[in-house]
Amino acid sequence: METQFPKKQILNEDGVVVDDAYKSLLDESLVKTLYTKMLRARLFDRKGVNLQRQGRIGTYVPFEGQEAAQIGSSMAMEEGDWMFPTYRDHGATLTFGHSLKNVLLYWKGRQEGCIPPEGIKIFPPAVPIASQLLHATGAAWAEKMKGTDRASIVYFGDGATSEGDFHEGLNFASVFNIPVVFFNQNNGFAISVPVEKQMKSKTIAQKAVGYDIEGIRLDGNDVFAVYFHTKAAVEKARAGGGPTLIEAVTWRYGAHTTADDPSKYRDQNESSIRRETTDPLARLEKFMQQEGIWESSWQKELEQDITLEIEAAVNEMENEQPPHLNDMFDHVFAENPWPIEDQKEAYAHVRGE
Amino acid sequence: MATAAVGTKKLTLVQAVTDGLRTMMRESENVIVLGEDVGRNGGVFRATDGLMEEFGDQRIIDTPLAESGIIGTSIGLAMNGFRPVAEMQFLGFIYPAFNQIMTHASRIRSRTLGAFTVPMVIRAPFGAGVRAPEIHSDSVEALFTHMPGIKVVVPSNPYDAKGLLIASIEDPDPVLFLEPMRCYRSSKMDVPDSKYTVEIGKGRVMKEGEQVTILTYGAMVDASLKAANEAESKGISVEVIDLRTLYPLDKELISKSVQKTGRTVIVHEAPSTGGLGDTLISLINDTSFLYMKAPIERVTGFDTPVPMFALEDHYLPNAPRITSAIHKVINF
Repeated sequence: METQFPKKQILNEDGVVVDDAYKSLLDESLVKTLYTKMLRARLFDRKGVNLQRQGRIGTYVPFEGQEAAQIGSSMAMEEGDWMFPTYRDHGATLTFGHSLKNVLLYWKGRQEGCIPPEGIKIFPPAVPIASQLLHATGAAWAEKMKGTDRASIVYFGDGATSEGDFHEGLNFASVFNIPVVFFNQNNGFAISVPVEKQMKSKTIAQKAVGYDIEGIRLDGNDVFAVYFHTKAAVEKARAGGGPTLIEAVTWRYGAHTTADDPSKYRDQNESSIRRETTDPLARLEKFMQQEGIWESSWQKELEQDITLEIEAAVNEMENEQPPHLNDMFDHVFAENPWPIEDQKEAYAHVRGE
Repeated sequence: MATAAVGTKKLTLVQAVTDGLRTMMRESENVIVLGEDVGRNGGVFRATDGLMEEFGDQRIIDTPLAESGIIGTSIGLAMNGFRPVAEMQFLGFIYPAFNQIMTHASRIRSRTLGAFTVPMVIRAPFGAGVRAPEIHSDSVEALFTHMPGIKVVVPSNPYDAKGLLIASIEDPDPVLFLEPMRCYRSSKMDVPDSKYTVEIGKGRVMKEGEQVTILTYGAMVDASLKAANEAESKGISVEVIDLRTLYPLDKELISKSVQKTGRTVIVHEAPSTGGLGDTLISLINDTSFLYMKAPIERVTGFDTPVPMFALEDHYLPNAPRITSAIHKVINF
């Protein structure tokens, strides 16, 4: 299966393009945009962990190490497309146009964090594992019925492939030829359980065979491979070619969430080694240096700009008015039924309002 | 009850469901039906009979055999502009979809403060008494009345079936539409050909009375009316209320009747503990405590799984059990 589903690469660990077919497509502006978005995601992620450590937000879910997978794939999507993330995919949602402030508000326990900016079609992060594959399929189905060429991309991890909804999502999409890209980030662990205990199959991409759809296995730390192969899958979907299952093989350097300690279930030296050898940003930097489009002053300035942007968003998040208590009551239904209205009034009365 | 008039047809409850679907599908292209065997076969109970012929297989969709898949994709369709009516072949088959309903359909509006909504209907035949195989006869409406963010309705007759179904499809939020199998073909009634609605949240007085209020719904309405008529012949005046909507309950109608009679018998075929009866007692406690002349009686299914059909007649509330409860509240 590893030969049938080879881990596709365009940019190898040394920053060398190994697939000549893509050389002409790697213009400076695209390369710099991919780097910029990955750096932004990484700096945001580190800020998220720090904010949690300082008690300024709640439990945070980090994704450092998975930037190429998230940014490459979301960059392949266009306006009007739909994105269905999990709670670990804010690298993807921020790249697709989610607001920094709202994503921070999410981790501050605020419902506003589930709301994308106007016109940006991002569903709230799915917490129940694999449930979102069906929503992505349904939303893309709706686009197909409306006769548009818009598509969905849905994110999920290696653990999600064990859930029933993984199967149901792929099966529905396959049967009805729905324009959806199933984007799997195989980071090797579902919290503590390694992928070898999650499945006996050698790859996740091979599961596509069961649905008679295309399955692609990628080096998920190679942003070029992720970007171009996802783009091809989306274009195929737009043209009526149906769904694709993409497995992006990657690694999270840190914990599942800020509430767990990965050293309990794996040797964190592995993360250090991978950081040295397969890091998605370092790899792109090497490529840019070899191409002569890397300037450390550019990178420094970029880092400063992004840091300022994130700090501004943190400020906005922290200066946000407290949530309205009524938000809890007033959005369960379009109109409050009497039990909710009674409960709301009774609570207001106790509060002396 | 509706009387024969121009522009009505005599329909069974299941035919009224079909008529409601047809009415709404003719009105809006956004109304689509998804389910197992709903297309060519017209549904295992024929609730979608003839609809594929009229609307095509892009709107009457035979799905793979996967309840979570049906509900999950319907959520995606609903929040992207469609009004899906998802059929669960039996309420007892809904459990694989529970996660989708509990964690998504019912709370997407709330999670996004209204930015995303899920206007979908889940139809499901339910209840015992038709000698169905195992698991086909469950009455688990209380799992859903307990669930924030979904309305639950149950018609007991053809007129209400069509009107409530149309109201459910037009509702901006998810509605679980429960169809008592025992009533599917038990009687025919004049049903208007045109579009009309029965308001969600409103019960109906099926029989007026002065001394006892029976609160019931679905297939138990018939059994309750039988017991009420029998009591009437012995000089006890019983009012029977068909709740029609289980969430949100018709507080005004219930409390008005209970305050008039001071005695209540609750009848449902679902198990007693945690059943809707508990919620009804709470409602009466909150609104009408000082009017009560006797403790409230409950005639319900038992806290057992619905047995296989050889024993189901013992499981189901019947007229003698209801009669006994009526006498108990009268003689307290």
